[in-house]
Amino acid sequence: MDKFIQLTLTGMTNGAILALVALGFVLIYKASDVINFAQGDFLMVGAYLAYAFIVQFGIIWPIGLLLTMAAAVVLGIVVERFILRPMIGEPIISVIMVTIGLSSVLRAVVSAIWGTTGRAFPSFLPDTPLNIAGAIIPADRLIALALVMVLLGMFMFFFRFSKEGIAMRATADDQQAALSMGISVKSVFAMAWSISAAVAALAGVIVANIVELNGAALAGFGLRVFPVVILGGMDSIPGAILGGLIIGLLEVYTAGYTSPSLGLASVVPFIVLILILMVKPYGLFGEIRIERV
Amino acid sequence: MESGVFHSNYKKDMELRPTPIMKGRLVFVIVLALIFPFVANNYQLTLANQVGIFAIAAIGLNILTGFTGQISLGTGGFMAIGAYGSGLLVTNLGMPWWMTVPIASLVTAVIGAFFGLPSLRLKGLYLAIATLAAQQVIEWAIIRSPFTGGVEALVVPSPTILGVRMSTDANFYWIILISLAIVVMFAVNLFRTKIGRAFIAIRDQDIAAEVMGVNVFLYKVMSFALSSAIIGFAGALLAQYRGIVNYERFTIELSISILAMVIIGGLGSVSGSIYGAILISLLPAILSNLGTAMSDSIPAMLTIMPFIQKGMFGVVIILFLIFEPEGIAKIWKNIKDYFRLWPFSY
Repeated sequence: MDKFIQLTLTGMTNGAILALVALGFVLIYKASDVINFAQGDFLMVGAYLAYAFIVQFGIIWPIGLLLTMAAAVVLGIVVERFILRPMIGEPIISVIMVTIGLSSVLRAVVSAIWGTTGRAFPSFLPDTPLNIAGAIIPADRLIALALVMVLLGMFMFFFRFSKEGIAMRATADDQQAALSMGISVKSVFAMAWSISAAVAALAGVIVANIVELNGAALAGFGLRVFPVVILGGMDSIPGAILGGLIIGLLEVYTAGYTSPSLGLASVVPFIVLILILMVKPYGLFGEIRIERV
Repeated sequence: MESGVFHSNYKKDMELRPTPIMKGRLVFVIVLALIFPFVANNYQLTLANQVGIFAIAAIGLNILTGFTGQISLGTGGFMAIGAYGSGLLVTNLGMPWWMTVPIASLVTAVIGAFFGLPSLRLKGLYLAIATLAAQQVIEWAIIRSPFTGGVEALVVPSPTILGVRMSTDANFYWIILISLAIVVMFAVNLFRTKIGRAFIAIRDQDIAAEVMGVNVFLYKVMSFALSSAIIGFAGALLAQYRGIVNYERFTIELSISILAMVIIGGLGSVSGSIYGAILISLLPAILSNLGTAMSDSIPAMLTIMPFIQKGMFGVVIILFLIFEPEGIAKIWKNIKDYFRLWPFSY
C-alpha cells in the first residue's frame, strides 16, 4: 500500500509537469493550428537560461527567474515572427518540419554553449523529504505540484475572463470571424507563442530543480508530450491537464509494477497513444472535426 | 533549345526524357556515376555509398509522403526492420545475403502496411503522431527483443559475390548504384500506372479520389507497403554494407533526416529525393572538412563541430521551407526554365 501511495504521489507530480508542458503545446495548437515539435527544446532553453542567470551571473533567484521568463517571451515572439509567420498557409508537413528544424537549431545552440553533460541546478525549492501516509516524497515535488496547479488555475481564469484570453479563444474558434470582430490575429499568434515559451521555461526550471539540468532529458519532453495531448485532445486545456495526470500516473505505475528490464515505462504511453488514435482520435475533450473519406 | 511540345506519335509522347538535352543530361550523369569509383578515394566512396542508400530510403518515403500525401515519422524504424531482418536472416538462418535483402523488404512492407492501417481514420498531423509512436514502439521492440541482441550491435558477415568480398567501399558502390537505378526506374514508372495515379489523386483530394472510384483505404495501405518495402530495402543494404547493425543508427533522428531529404529535395519529385539525400548527407562532411581547415586559426572549432553540424541541419531546413518550400527540384526546374529560352526569355 505504501508503494502505491508513493507511486501515486510521484506520478501526480510527474503528471503535473507533463500537464504544464502539454499546456504550452495546446496553447500553440489551439491558437494557430501548429504542432510544435520544439516544445521540449523550449523547456531546455528555459532551464539553461535560468542556470545562466542564477549561477553563472549570480543573480538572486526570484529576479533570475523573472529574467528567464522575459527571455522566453522574447524567444517565443522571435520564433513566431520570423519562422512560423512565413509558414502560414503552407501544408501541415512543412509546418511540422520547420518546428523540427527549430528544435535542431535550439538544441545545437544550447549544447554548443553549455555542453551536453548534466549539471547540478541550484535548488531554490527545499527538497526535505516529507512523510505523507507512509510514503516519503521530497518537498520540492509537492511544491512543484502545487505550483503547477496554481498556474493551471490561473490559465483557466485567463482564458475565461481576460480580454486577451477571450481573443485567443475566439481566434482558435474561427480566425476570420475573430478578424472581423477587430481581433488582431497576428498578435494573438505572437501571444500564444510567447506564453507557451514562458510556460515551457518555467516547466524546464521545475524539472531541472527536481532532477538535474540535462539538455537531452529536457528536450525529450518534446516527444513525451504527444501521448498527453492526444489522450486529452489536442485543443483542450482541461484535456491537457487530465491527460498529463493520467500519463504521468501510467508511466510511474508501469515502472513500479513491471520488471525494469522490460523498459515498458517509456513505451507504454506511446502504445496508449496508438490505441487512442484508433478508437477516439480526438481524445477525451478534443473538438471533433468530422471528415469522412 | 526547345520552345514547346511537338510530339507526333504516342511512343514519343510516352518517353520519360523526350528531348535531346534531357537525354544528354541523363547520359552525363550515368557516365559520371560509372567513372566515379575509379577516380575517387575511399573517403569519397564511403560518402557516395551513404548518399546512395539514403537516396533509396528518401525515394521510398517520397512515394508515401510526397506522392500519396501521408506524413510518416517512422522511417528510421522501418529501416531498422529492414536492416535487422536482413542481418538476422544471415546470422541465424545462414541464408545467402542476396536472398535476405528482398525478404527483409517484404517483411518491412508487411509491418509498414500494418502501421498504415490507422490511416483509415487519421489524416495529416494525427497520422504523423501515429507513425511517431510506431517509431518509438519499433525502437523499444528492437532493444528489448531476445533475437536482435538488444543494445549490443548485431554483426553481419561480409557479403560475397562469386567469392569476391563485397563489403569494401569500391565493390559495394556497384551494388548500391544498381539498386538505386532500379528503385529510380521503379518509382518514376510507378506514377505512370493506375496505382501511382491513384496515389496522386489521394494526395490532391482524397474525397474527390473516392468519388472517382479510387478505393482510398486500399491505396493508402498499398502506398505504406510499397514505401516501406523500399525503405526496408535501403535498411537491408545498409546492414550488408556496414556489417554492423546498431539500434542507435535508426532512431527518430534518422526518420527526421530522411524526411528532411524528401522535403528539401522536393515533395513529389523522384530526382528531388536524390538531390535532398546528397545535400543532407554531404552537409556534415563538408562542414567538418571546413572545420578542420579552420581549426588552425580557431582551435575551438573541432570541439563544437557536432553542434555546428546539427545546427546547420536545422538552419537549412528552416531556410528551405521559408524561401523555397518546393525544394531543390523546384530550384533546378527554375534554372532549366531560365536557360530554356535564354537569351530571349520574354
